Amino acid sequence: MQTPTYAHTYLAAAGLRLPTNWLDYTILAIYFVVVLGIGFAARRSVKTSLDFFLSGRSLPAWITGLAFISANLAATEILGMAANSAQYGAYTVHWYWIGAIPAMVFLGLVMMPFYYGSKVRSVPEFLLLRFDKAAHLLSSILFAFAAILIAGVNLYALAIVVQALLGWPQWVAIVVAGAFVLAYITLGGLSSAIYNEVLQFFVILAALIPITVLGLRKVGGWGGLTHKLAETHGHNFTTAWGGTGIGSTNPLGANWLTIVLGLGFVLSFGYWTTNFAEVQRALSAKNLSAGQRTPLIAAYPKIFIVFLVMIPGLVAAALVPDIGTSGSGLQYNDAIPYLMQELLPNGVLGIAVTGLLAAFMAGMAANVSSFNTVFTTDIWAKYVVRGREDGYYVRFGRWITVIGVCASVGTAFLASSFSNIMAYLQTLFSFFNVPMFVVFIIGMFWKRASVKSGFWGLLAGTVTAMVNYFVLYKRGIVSIPSDQGANFVSAIAGFVAGAVVMVLVSLFTEPKPAQELQGLVYGTRSPGMSEPPAPGDDAWYRRPALLGWGAVVLAAVCYIPFSF
Amino acid sequence: MSENSEHHYTEDEIAREVTELETRSATASRIFDLRRIIGGLFVVYGVIVTITGITDSRAAIDKAQGVNINLWTGIGMLALGVFFLVWLKLRPVTVPQRRED
Repeated sequence: MQTPTYAHTYLAAAGLRLPTNWLDYTILAIYFVVVLGIGFAARRSVKTSLDFFLSGRSLPAWITGLAFISANLAATEILGMAANSAQYGAYTVHWYWIGAIPAMVFLGLVMMPFYYGSKVRSVPEFLLLRFDKAAHLLSSILFAFAAILIAGVNLYALAIVVQALLGWPQWVAIVVAGAFVLAYITLGGLSSAIYNEVLQFFVILAALIPITVLGLRKVGGWGGLTHKLAETHGHNFTTAWGGTGIGSTNPLGANWLTIVLGLGFVLSFGYWTTNFAEVQRALSAKNLSAGQRTPLIAAYPKIFIVFLVMIPGLVAAALVPDIGTSGSGLQYNDAIPYLMQELLPNGVLGIAVTGLLAAFMAGMAANVSSFNTVFTTDIWAKYVVRGREDGYYVRFGRWITVIGVCASVGTAFLASSFSNIMAYLQTLFSFFNVPMFVVFIIGMFWKRASVKSGFWGLLAGTVTAMVNYFVLYKRGIVSIPSDQGANFVSAIAGFVAGAVVMVLVSLFTEPKPAQELQGLVYGTRSPGMSEPPAPGDDAWYRRPALLGWGAVVLAAVCYIPFSF
Repeated sequence: MSENSEHHYTEDEIAREVTELETRSATASRIFDLRRIIGGLFVVYGVIVTITGITDSRAAIDKAQGVNINLWTGIGMLALGVFFLVWLKLRPVTVPQRRED
């Protein structure tokens, strides 16, 4: 296994070793103690399976909202988006302002009444009510499978970073992080995962803000940064839309149309509105109003977090213009670790290391806690062992958490034996979300969509997206300049194929009787949707419509300074 | 996988099951207040990092571009911790006697 590539990455890794001391390790140790403490303290609140899997549908909106953003703010996202910025420049803002905000607002304003009001416990369970068991089982299995793989990729990414920064062997990092996540989810269930995510949100901010401020100072402020990058990377590098006209070339390999349709519509709506690891946070809110506000409260930090990941990425590109090439010894992913090493003294360094580890663990925990829910309530309790007393499913949920964490440790070691499996997996997961989204959007807005169309639409969408990526793009039959550009095209293809198949199948099969569609299709209502707002929830600043449209307008305004 | 398999889940059935579980749920009444944990952790971190900032050497400050970053980050974290503790004090959660017991 000692190939030259391996030796090279190992050397680069050794070059990033952080000068941590006892103080930094004390800060880290305190965090680990608190994480476990939350698990033990949350244990008393677990009485029913609903407590374990959905926090008893009783958490306040500010907690579920911050957990919603935190579940997305995993370390792979933080390091990955900084890498994106070092490689592609200010195009990164698209992943936030057009690639997240509209979808989050849509989830809150349009979809949550159906999700929350129908009282489903998971995204696949909604498909069971709207379509049939075939669609339900297929989506449950795809989701459970993807969740374990993503959890494993998170663990493996953690191991690489921890080895580079702290010098721990990879297996130590994998086992330690896996054990902590296992402990706190098995003890406290979703409440414990969500509480830790909220805590992690603030630690991550405390880690990223000093890096961003000092990074900007080092390159002479925003003016100095754009000036320097214009010299080395060209003017378009610090604009959002420069070079995205159809037919012109840019490093991202995408034009404004694929950005708006592929990223802004299909990929983003697929991820934010139908990925259960996200939606689960909103379903655990205490009432419909809190459920609707969950993604809306999350939208505001999301608008501004882009600066905390993009600026470090841009600063790294300005300081090391050849970053990402073998000459510099630094990969794009090293942007944030590089700045930590260059700029942070002991103390804040410990906070930054803690924030990074916390983000890895939260990313993994979000997947594990959604996996155990889908596996228990959707697969086990409906198709394998039905009708047992509630306590049985809580015990089963705990055991499946243990199995799920062990399986993701396994996939982490598997990931470590393939050099670029992470890039493949990231792409693969976007395939799973997009077909789910087609089936949802058509099922929710078109009464005529038949019971059978769900399964076939899901299957056709998944297969088409994969064929486009692995056959048409990877074999070079269609020429697309970059992996990211190909992701956008696969997403659009999967969406269109799923939609066409659903329409065709619906035309030839029986529709669902109207009385069975109440509360599942747009324009109908269920008893759960008409609950009156709780006292205080009618305050103007808690109105979902105002919060939602406010976020959309703010994101649009943020584009202005980056558009010229 | 056929529609005549003995069990076909309906919306009412799921809603009834979840409503029944909600009446027995213990999260609302037993879960601790997260604000206490965030407040506590950030006060502790704030104190540690602020003290580090006060005693920082010239080299540490030079590394951070001439900014005493430990001091500023420490004060910021301390302020956030205090904010959560004050919020907890001013607006304590009234445990909803949601259902029976």
